[in-house]
Amino acid sequence: MKKGIFEIKENIKLTDSVMKMTLCGDAAAITAPGQFINIQLDDLFLRRPISVYDCGDNFVTIIYKVVGHGTEKMSKMTAGEKLDVLTGLGNGYDLSLSGDAPLLIGGGVGVPPLYMLAKKLIKNGRKVSVILGFNTKDEIFCEDDFKALGADVTVTTVDGSYGVKGFVTNALPENYTHFFCCGPEPMLKAVYKFTKTSGQFSFEERMGCGFGACMGCSCKTITGYKRICKDGPVMMKEEILWEA
Amino acid sequence: MGSLKVNLCGIELDNPVIPASGTFGFGYEFAELYDINKLGTFSFKGTTKDPRFGNPTPRIAECTAGMINAVGLQNPGVEKVIAEELPKLKKCFNKPVMANVSGFSVDDYAFTCEKLDKEEQVGWLEVNVSCPNVHGGGMSFGTSPDAAAEVVRAVKAVTAKPVIVKLSPNVTDIAAIAKACEDAGADGISLINTLLGMRIDLKTKKPVIANKMGGFSGPAIFPLAVRMVYQVAHSVKIPVIGMGGVSTAEDVIEMMLAGATAVEVGAANLVDPFACLNIINDLPETMKKYNIENLSDIIGGVE
Repeated sequence: MKKGIFEIKENIKLTDSVMKMTLCGDAAAITAPGQFINIQLDDLFLRRPISVYDCGDNFVTIIYKVVGHGTEKMSKMTAGEKLDVLTGLGNGYDLSLSGDAPLLIGGGVGVPPLYMLAKKLIKNGRKVSVILGFNTKDEIFCEDDFKALGADVTVTTVDGSYGVKGFVTNALPENYTHFFCCGPEPMLKAVYKFTKTSGQFSFEERMGCGFGACMGCSCKTITGYKRICKDGPVMMKEEILWEA
Repeated sequence: MGSLKVNLCGIELDNPVIPASGTFGFGYEFAELYDINKLGTFSFKGTTKDPRFGNPTPRIAECTAGMINAVGLQNPGVEKVIAEELPKLKKCFNKPVMANVSGFSVDDYAFTCEKLDKEEQVGWLEVNVSCPNVHGGGMSFGTSPDAAAEVVRAVKAVTAKPVIVKLSPNVTDIAAIAKACEDAGADGISLINTLLGMRIDLKTKKPVIANKMGGFSGPAIFPLAVRMVYQVAHSVKIPVIGMGGVSTAEDVIEMMLAGATAVEVGAANLVDPFACLNIINDLPETMKKYNIENLSDIIGGVE
């Protein structure tokens, strides 16, 4: 974890409610795809945890959905403005478990953390398949980004307005070596049920600090209590205990 | 340069800044960022007799200038704290630490304090009779002078370490409860714990927090905390630790003027992990600004 001041380079609309923000600053603390950053905003007490879409030595890009006061405020910020950011939070995905042909499954704003993962897996010589799930055609983002990396991309829409009609689980391929998943909880549960290999899930929870101090985002797992912000947000399929 | 040192129940602190229990874990997350030996001390995560998961999530709600938490005393239990957490802590913290203890019965408090009494690194026992997030214990001991005094007597009987009682603001007369603790043998009082609060999600019409209510903390409660520290400091002779919304070096000085010997910092740590270090670094300059030579001189200095 590192604390730093970042300058907004770009903050653009991808769909009606989804924005992409690129921040310039020292991003060296981000060591794995699936980690997140925690952003301080004027007049709001708690920081906003947002997953990392992509990063390099001197930049970090996030993709976020405007859902509340914090993201609303972020959506109105412009290039040149500065933000106080904690970077390198959470465990991130374990790439060493991917096997030769990993499957990446993302739903809605669960899609962004899979981008840097796909990029690294492809760089490591893996044959990457990606399923991106959205409600409808107008809400789709990032499809071309994954294609540009060379991933085999399938898009699903619940209303059938684009790609495969239905949920991400309607598009599961026959063969894959391991899966990586991020999205809303009903989707995670369905993926858990319909996948046959080992895999990793990224979870979300309301957080206090985002770095393991407050126990605000704890969950129960087969291997004990875990803090989603520090021991997660990524959990192995084998350790998950779904709350009733 | 003047001195930041204060004496808390017979143990000298390099400075009066103490991260509050529940906002600093057992110190390691912060030790990755800076040398936590720069702190006066810190109060570790509230420890109970048995391990606890705590309340269901969501446990956190944001408020204007503050937050509500309903963690519910998640901790590994006193045996594991002693076997696993304290040895790890010893590697990154070489000062006496404040052990924060909670319970669901008088016997629970005594059991946990007796275990921690044998730990060399524990300097003080901070007995929390004010957790608003658990049922059948916690705050119920801190809302009655008699019940609070009973806990103090039971704990004092099993430890030679200074016993500091952490009080709840969710009462009509906090000074009377502080006095009852002093009369029962307490060596210090710390206050205030969080205020019972609630938020409702307008979209779902449900409470934001799964447990419905939780403890409100943050800068919003600072004036209330200063008032209560003032009231308590004027009703007891034992040292008082002030807390509640402290986020700057000026807040520390204000708390000390109200009567605090030392000052705990809570919610601010969750927003800025460097909050306590920044406060300590800012203190000398702030003292100069208000012509304060030695920090200990201003305790209870309000006129």
